[in-house]
Amino acid sequence: MDLFEWIALILKLVFVLAAVLNTVPIVVWFERRGSAWMQGRVGPNRVGPFGLMQPIADVIKFIFKEDFVPEQASKFFYHAAPVLAAVAPLAAFAAIPFGSYLIIGDRQVPLQIAQLDVGILAALAFAGLEVYPVMLSGWASNNKYSTFGALRGSSQMVSYEIGLGLALVSMLMIYGTLDLNAMVKYQEQTLWGFLPSWGVFLNPVAFVIFLVAIFAETNRLPFDLPEGDAELVGGYHTEYGSTKFLMFFFAEYIAMIMASSLLITLFFGGYAPLPGMKAGVDVLASALGFGSVGTQNLWAVVQVLSMIFKVGCVMFFFVWVRWTFPRFRFDQLMDLGWKILFPLALINLLVVAIFIAMLGG
Amino acid sequence: MAIIVSRKERFLDKLYIPALLVGLKVTFRRFFESLFLGRTMTIQYPEQKREYSQRFRGEHFISVDANKVENCTSCYLCQTVCPAECITIIAEERPNDQNPYGVRKEKRPVRFDIDALRCCFCGFCEEACPKDAIKLSRNYEMAVETRAQAFYDLDHLKREVKGRG
Repeated sequence: MDLFEWIALILKLVFVLAAVLNTVPIVVWFERRGSAWMQGRVGPNRVGPFGLMQPIADVIKFIFKEDFVPEQASKFFYHAAPVLAAVAPLAAFAAIPFGSYLIIGDRQVPLQIAQLDVGILAALAFAGLEVYPVMLSGWASNNKYSTFGALRGSSQMVSYEIGLGLALVSMLMIYGTLDLNAMVKYQEQTLWGFLPSWGVFLNPVAFVIFLVAIFAETNRLPFDLPEGDAELVGGYHTEYGSTKFLMFFFAEYIAMIMASSLLITLFFGGYAPLPGMKAGVDVLASALGFGSVGTQNLWAVVQVLSMIFKVGCVMFFFVWVRWTFPRFRFDQLMDLGWKILFPLALINLLVVAIFIAMLGG
Repeated sequence: MAIIVSRKERFLDKLYIPALLVGLKVTFRRFFESLFLGRTMTIQYPEQKREYSQRFRGEHFISVDANKVENCTSCYLCQTVCPAECITIIAEERPNDQNPYGVRKEKRPVRFDIDALRCCFCGFCEEACPKDAIKLSRNYEMAVETRAQAFYDLDHLKREVKGRG
């Protein structure tokens, strides 16, 4: 790697980190005000215009709280858990492409931190790490509630990873690749001339399974048993206060953003805007007098914006679902995971395999 | 005795997905109404205030006549009827120069104390009062900083309250 590539890599890292970390307060703000709107309330509207400063006020509150460590906790794991919680989903972003490529000078800069041929596996590996902070924090806190939360969390995450994985395998068979960039390329085609050939249209069953599974993986509301406010106080992070809780809080939202970008990349065409938009951007570029380089760069910017827009839509859906549905009981959760999603994913996989074999894929 | 209700569930009902979509529709409609049409239930308290009934029983006051003389004649009816025993009256004869009405206001309260922390706002004192002197206003903002402030004396009770506040 020469200097140019190093600088490009660092800039990309900074961009992704900044974009993700700055999305979190916006989502938190929307979670609070959106939930209020869905319930016919007003929500926090006193801090700053439209209450936009509310997340900052929350963060300041957390920072000034007492940094508390329970006496019986095993200190190393207790402190390691929130760090791991925040790092694991952030690392997964390395594999997710957020645009095709920019042309700077005479070089192409792909808009993806790590161009991995097995990008989906890397993303899944880091996403799979999310179960460790739950277990570590639950066990290290030495608290009944935490242990129960960790128990539920780990069994839930592991159970739903099966449905998630099988839904993913069916998509991998359709795309015929493990490279996330190639998947997006595949989805840029059109289906019967008008529909973008997004995964959600090619394989809706896998989409539903994947959607349910990421809700369970990120511990969002219909599946928030690890936290279980009502009966477990706070679940695995009961014993965490101040900045350490803040880390968990951020990690939860980072994991949501990561899961939604993965969902988009697999099922909603990733960074690819709608099929007709390429021509529109070409017209705009020629009107502005851009050459082929300028057109490509403009197109890349449109792609990044469309990625952000799609992530925003999925985040809206996350919040929307959270404030609509009640929670599962634990046995119902396990029933759904093992007795419904798992067989459904297997059947879906079989059907997809037969289809691909018949079409001579 | 329990009544056993058996519902026939069609295949679509067992999928639960249509029901989930109905739920999502409800919250989305509410979201739209709150955000764009401003139909929220919230009363934004310090700026907006809830309009209570005309018969709301709030902070006490003692009515005064045109000369700012309290209507109370220290008959002790309110103190007697009070179930919470929060009223304490000390009576004396009203000086003649302060009593332009002759026999009507012979007695006056030297002290008229209400312990608002004990008061249960039943309104019996208001009903018992033959002079319509003690009344409950519609003011419900009664927070105080010290306990002593919640101990209303005659000066506080004689404050001007228009209508019933």
